[in-house]
Amino acid sequence: METNLCVAGFGGQGVMTLGKFLADATCNSTDKKVTFFPSYGAEQRGGTANCFVVISDDDIGAPLGDVMDDLIVMNGPSMNKFLHTLKPGGTLFINSSIVSGQIGRTDVKLVKAPVTELALEMGSAKVLNVIMLGVYVGYTEVIAPDVVWETIEHKLASKPKLLPLNKQAFEKGLELGRAQRG
Amino acid sequence: MARVFMKGCEAIAEAAVRAGCRFFAGYPITPQNEIPEYFSRRMPEVGGVFVQGESEVASVNMVYGAASAGTRSMTSSSSPGIALKSEGISYCASARIPMVYANISRGGPGVGSIQPAQMDYFQATRASGNGGFQMMVLAPSTVQEAVDLTYAAFDYADRDRNPVLLLADGVIGTMMEPVVLPEMKSDAEIAAIKASKQPWACTGHKLDCAHRAWIQPGQWSTAVQQEKNEEAAALYLSWEKDVQAEEYLVEDAEVVIAAYGISARIGKSAVNQLRAQGVRAGLIRPITVHPFPYAAFDHIDYSRCKAVLDVEMSIPAQFVDDVAAAVKDRCPIRTCLCSGGNIMSREAVLAAVKSIMEG
Repeated sequence: METNLCVAGFGGQGVMTLGKFLADATCNSTDKKVTFFPSYGAEQRGGTANCFVVISDDDIGAPLGDVMDDLIVMNGPSMNKFLHTLKPGGTLFINSSIVSGQIGRTDVKLVKAPVTELALEMGSAKVLNVIMLGVYVGYTEVIAPDVVWETIEHKLASKPKLLPLNKQAFEKGLELGRAQRG
Repeated sequence: MARVFMKGCEAIAEAAVRAGCRFFAGYPITPQNEIPEYFSRRMPEVGGVFVQGESEVASVNMVYGAASAGTRSMTSSSSPGIALKSEGISYCASARIPMVYANISRGGPGVGSIQPAQMDYFQATRASGNGGFQMMVLAPSTVQEAVDLTYAAFDYADRDRNPVLLLADGVIGTMMEPVVLPEMKSDAEIAAIKASKQPWACTGHKLDCAHRAWIQPGQWSTAVQQEKNEEAAALYLSWEKDVQAEEYLVEDAEVVIAAYGISARIGKSAVNQLRAQGVRAGLIRPITVHPFPYAAFDHIDYSRCKAVLDVEMSIPAQFVDDVAAAVKDRCPIRTCLCSGGNIMSREAVLAAVKSIMEG
């Protein structure tokens, strides 16, 4: 079993952090193979930033596959850039606050979460990535939610005052993800 | 030992620190920047020295100096930066100074592209500078292997009094993967390593001129220069014992993929997929690309092997020359190539194997 995930959005939306939290949690809490590969290059402010996470029971070949099982899209330009990489039957997670649900494909599952609005309601636009991570883990159960939270907690250890907001964000995401699971 | 999740470049730097590297000098270039960045934080913690030189040439010569004083020393860069360092590397080889350097290679030639590539194969294995010197060249295909080979590289360098090159690429350097880190060498062990170099290194002669060390990147006497070159040639031949390769499902293979580094792990995942479909594919992956594991290719059953498929991120192909020297016309060689910073696609490898199987 191998899951190829691409996370894409604006620079500043925390897409790298989302991917790293998930991959790090997999490393810490399971025996699975896992890779994280960031896009790098002539990235511009306001352009797309993206990363790839592969989680597998066997040795991983490329840390970025040609075909994605799951795709998380945080903004419109990323949809245009990556939708074609999602395999038929794959799952598309969209930030429905700013990405249209009219995707022009009927062969993929669509999970919507208005993470920009929810983050603003919670008082900080910055936690939208943690909400989306919750949505992804809640929907796919690719690894256990509590170990993902432990990793977030560990990463934020030097900033304890951020923990309650991130906990709220992660749990809201889990709830949204679980609710849309078939 | 616990697994930690690390970026390739950072894991290489940590492995070097654990191997006793206490001097690093480098200059920024993508995609190897996390190596100097990591050393800049880590060296002060272990009493080592980090210098960001004013150029690649300056930094490699600082390593030449520090290693001449007996300290385990390292530099790193990416393709065009490695080209700039070639003078200093050749000097180290000529003066028989042990040092380790990493090439986190990117597209070329020239400035090329900052994305991953395997365009430096000839440079690494044939001519990393003037004068025909050779080095052991180690080519990891996972972050764990990058750690293990970096750790071993310092032992090879000291054993041979010769530079050792870690030839990785932008994928291995920038990806993160779980690793188990090797043991940290103690201060006493590091001091003992340095003391063992006292017969030749510039460790201070304390007014005893009989013990004066003299580091020379060349000789005034043609006779002495020839003698030094003969000694070096004998050293290079002795590396036959150090050859390392991974052979995967080769015995009954009808197609054998030959690849190193990132292309090899993509090739291996293609082999697994092909085997699941009933296609007898196999893989030979040199871990040392110099010395090259020519003998591994003698384990192919050429009565059933339709072709060897050379998979590399270089156009024109380079690694294929060593593959051809190993296959010795016993079967055809096909290529599956990409370049310019594009990463090898498993789908392309699968298609190439299927086209061979269909004849």
